[in-house]
Amino acid sequence: MNLTLHVWRQKGPQDKGKLVTYPAPNVDSDMSFLEMLDEINDELIRKGEDPIAFDHDCREGICGMCSQVVNGRPHGHQERTTVCQLHMRQFNDGDEIFVEPWRAKAFPIQKDLIVDRSSMDVIMQAGGYVSCHTGGVPDGNTFPIPKKVADYAMDAAECIGCGACIAACPNSSAMLFTSAKVAQLAALPQGKPEARKRVQAMTKALLDEGFGNCTNHYECEAACPKGISVKFIAKLNREYLKSMIPSSTAEPV
Amino acid sequence: MNLFTSTVGRKILMAVTGLLLIGFITVHLLGNLSIFWGADAINAYAKHLHDLGLLVWVFRLVMLCLFAIHITFGVQLYLENRAANSEDYAIQKTLVTTFSAKTMVFTGLIILAFLLYHLLHFTVQVTNPAISATNLPLVDGHLDVFSMVVLSFQKVFIAVIYIVALIALFLHLSHGLQSWVQTLGWSTGPSQDKVTAVGKILAIVYGLAYIAIPLFILARIVK
Amino acid sequence: MILDGKAPTGPIETSWDRHRFDMKLVNPSNKRKYKILVVGTGLAGGAAAASLGELGYNVEAFCYQDSPRRAHSIGAQGGINAAKNYPSDGDSIYRLFYDTVKGGDFRSREADVWRLAQVSNNIIDQCVAQGVPFARDYAGYLDNRSFGGAQVSRTFYARGQTGQQLLLGAYSALSRQIKNGSVKMFARREMLDLVVVDGVAKGITCRNLLTGEIESYWGDAVILASGGYVNVFYLSTNAMGSSVTAIWKATKKGAYMANPCYTQIHPTCIPVHGTHQSKLTLMSESLRNDGRIWVPKDAANCEKHPNDIPDEDRDYYLERKYPSFGNLAPRDISSRSAKEACDDGRGVGDGKRGVYLDFAAAIKRVGQKTIEERYGNLFEMYEKITDENGYERPMRIYPAPHYNMGGLWVDYECQSNIPGLFVLGEANFSVHGANRLGASALMQGLADGYFVIPYTIAPYLASLKNPGAVKEDHPEFKKSAEEVEAQMDRLLSIKGKKTVMDIHRELGHVMWENVGMARSKESLEEALKRIPEIRDEFWNNVNVPGESKSINQQLENAWRLADFLEFAEMMTYDALNREESCGGHFRVEHQTDEGEAMRDDENFTYVAAWEFKGVGNKPELHKEPLKFENIKLAVRSYK
Repeated sequence: MNLTLHVWRQKGPQDKGKLVTYPAPNVDSDMSFLEMLDEINDELIRKGEDPIAFDHDCREGICGMCSQVVNGRPHGHQERTTVCQLHMRQFNDGDEIFVEPWRAKAFPIQKDLIVDRSSMDVIMQAGGYVSCHTGGVPDGNTFPIPKKVADYAMDAAECIGCGACIAACPNSSAMLFTSAKVAQLAALPQGKPEARKRVQAMTKALLDEGFGNCTNHYECEAACPKGISVKFIAKLNREYLKSMIPSSTAEPV
Repeated sequence: MNLFTSTVGRKILMAVTGLLLIGFITVHLLGNLSIFWGADAINAYAKHLHDLGLLVWVFRLVMLCLFAIHITFGVQLYLENRAANSEDYAIQKTLVTTFSAKTMVFTGLIILAFLLYHLLHFTVQVTNPAISATNLPLVDGHLDVFSMVVLSFQKVFIAVIYIVALIALFLHLSHGLQSWVQTLGWSTGPSQDKVTAVGKILAIVYGLAYIAIPLFILARIVK
Repeated sequence: MILDGKAPTGPIETSWDRHRFDMKLVNPSNKRKYKILVVGTGLAGGAAAASLGELGYNVEAFCYQDSPRRAHSIGAQGGINAAKNYPSDGDSIYRLFYDTVKGGDFRSREADVWRLAQVSNNIIDQCVAQGVPFARDYAGYLDNRSFGGAQVSRTFYARGQTGQQLLLGAYSALSRQIKNGSVKMFARREMLDLVVVDGVAKGITCRNLLTGEIESYWGDAVILASGGYVNVFYLSTNAMGSSVTAIWKATKKGAYMANPCYTQIHPTCIPVHGTHQSKLTLMSESLRNDGRIWVPKDAANCEKHPNDIPDEDRDYYLERKYPSFGNLAPRDISSRSAKEACDDGRGVGDGKRGVYLDFAAAIKRVGQKTIEERYGNLFEMYEKITDENGYERPMRIYPAPHYNMGGLWVDYECQSNIPGLFVLGEANFSVHGANRLGASALMQGLADGYFVIPYTIAPYLASLKNPGAVKEDHPEFKKSAEEVEAQMDRLLSIKGKKTVMDIHRELGHVMWENVGMARSKESLEEALKRIPEIRDEFWNNVNVPGESKSINQQLENAWRLADFLEFAEMMTYDALNREESCGGHFRVEHQTDEGEAMRDDENFTYVAAWEFKGVGNKPELHKEPLKFENIKLAVRSYK
């Protein structure tokens, strides 16, 4: 099939970017979207032009590195799919495709489709962990965890940290991303001792890093390649409320 | 305090104050609907309120606080969220969000403007002094609220203002009436779909019931 | 030279405990005086950086991705082994030790494997404590599944994303240390040289991938945990950025590369389709728990719809050849059997390079819902890539390069022959011998990172007289930076006709055809002829666009390929030298009449550690003899 691409090109963080049009002739429907871009880049290199820079690594939908908004939707229109797993058979001959980077103030563009997502790491550093030491922990079966709870935690833990939720959010909020970690750890007995502190610290980091506030649009869930549910945001809200109830035994927040 | 500065704290404040305001508009609506039972009913209701004396002022103060919190943080969150966005996508697409969710701050500000007008109109009674209750003849020794309302809404201009504002209220409620369940953490995922549906139906009920008053008077069904 | 792995002697059961006691310690208040560099933030590197930071050392960690959470450990699906024996099915530390040594075809160091088996249980406890949501049964206890090469259920898992969950656990521990200030994280940095001062590793030279700046970092010790090199085959299941670069730069500075020819070809990958493919996708080996592997008995049936081929016309070749392990035969054996079936003309799908993995029987037995619960995400992934529904029609699979057992030579303490240079995880050679069992890579990465290096680095550090004496201002750092800068300039100045991808494909083709699943003297010599030709072509005719002082992904690919082009030769020399078949290394000259691998224990029970002698020159072989005192050398049989 033959396609027309409009790709965001931007030289550096300080430069102004614009959409540049590239024809994509003879696209094989078995190609992945990134392989299609590889071919365009190959052509650009042969012509002596600067190839399109884009983040990618595992190309199997798990590392979370790829980050492109395709026709207005993070990772493209196929549900629960990262752009590296999006295949060209999802498009039709003659389609016009707009390819843009994640857009949010907290994600400054570095070049073309590459953005800086270190703000998400900062949220994790604020409390996305259980403060256990290496070694000196009890046997893994000491505390039975009901299957339902383990499954719930796993549902949340599937987040790949790609940032599609933020790219899709009308407020550029990182609430789904944050809530997935908060909910995972709050559900498990290991995470409970620090639950109050964690939810407060992580949501504070979210705002400090320049993300917006959640106003329940739920675009995040629709864009998430792993189908992380907004019920985890509800869980985060509940955890936050709990953290505000004074307690003499809980850790101060 | 975190409640007033944090992202979730303020969201919770929005939900709680919003809920209380919904409580207010519910009572207000029930009282106002007495107009359909005739002049005596609504005049009695007005007198009843009036007789509360000091309590009215306590109530007004509480309302003022609720509105202040709801509006201040609503606008603040909106400004922050706008600042968090960078430039628009060439193709802007949303999948599940609604017009009402996207326009909360605008419908909210319309409601605020309307609220001021509404107070000047019916409470302070300075916009149309000629047909204000204070200038109308007393009925059985009480203010004739019924005539004030009817004479007002018979004016197309005033009725249209009210109807537009109440449409804004409907939009505002159709997000707000369900969103708080998620915000207070009571949603468990799939359950939110039902909550959303119920919220939207309720918003329609509120909207229709409120709009019925100016509309029926304008149409001379209530005279 | 005969190398000494410094493995403890005496009873194996107490070897690690005794060694731990014998090692020198670093006083808690002295730890902050030492700076340790960790290259790579996967399971091994991430766990090491977090644990060392927590102990009080000054740690600086580096990764080429934009976040430490994206290291390719995240791609591991199936699970992680541990000798917990929760199902009470006869497992023990000894059995895990035995299975791993046997699975590795008797080409690993016994003491290292024992230690791995011993700490395997701590890993599970550690991960549970971190909040890793392992699968649980209805009573709330940890669940296990079976994996290839073992007759017990000892594999812990988190759906089909065990690697992701373990990595995120290590990432969370690392994040905590970054927050505490004990670890400084440098993302989007790629190590392009090891700085060696007076024969001792003292730092690294990196390129900042965002700005293109060449940066120097000093450390009292350098830990490489940079993962695997099977992208030398171009198409593999590794991430696009996975490369040999970090360990190759160390090799060029004098570190020995051990057993580079031991590469693992994973049996259950999605077959190649078309000519534009950039990578292969693996599906967890756990699929073999319920899937049955077959090809048509008659090559004439290959074009038929699989569901139209009756059972009696199918050849369930693994069940036929290995009745006791059946579809769970180890990876090397499964892969080679698939190749044999396809070489026999009975392959299916595109280019007839594929075999069926059939779930019909399992669905009939336990229902589609259960199969969905177990492998749903894998079926989904399969459908996305191939547009076929694996529940309705057997999946097609084919082996693909996946992992390397070889890597930098290290002694028992994970230290290479360059003092101060430690190597962890897939980047070192130690525990898997000639073949790795499924679910053991995650185990090794975390064992090295959490439970080995925090102990074994101490004696080296304690022996340093002046920690921090050599810093970035040392002339060796300047020299190294200038060399790296010069290499960048050279790559950018060629401006030839071929792209990096073109040449990488060529190299991959040569390596896959000649140094792949089946190797012969002729094929290896052919490779040794072709590799230098491709390398010459690269240095004369590659076109690397752009400039060096900004993001330049083509330049990144170019230097990685430049290193592959040198490394490939060493790998081939190793394969040529090893005149036997063992594990992932199969020499067609050395097989039984039935086509099984034939080891030569008399002549090859050693680790081949290669010393770099200049580009294009034959590397020098050093040997570390392997002793098997606890497990008797035997012909590996899975029949």
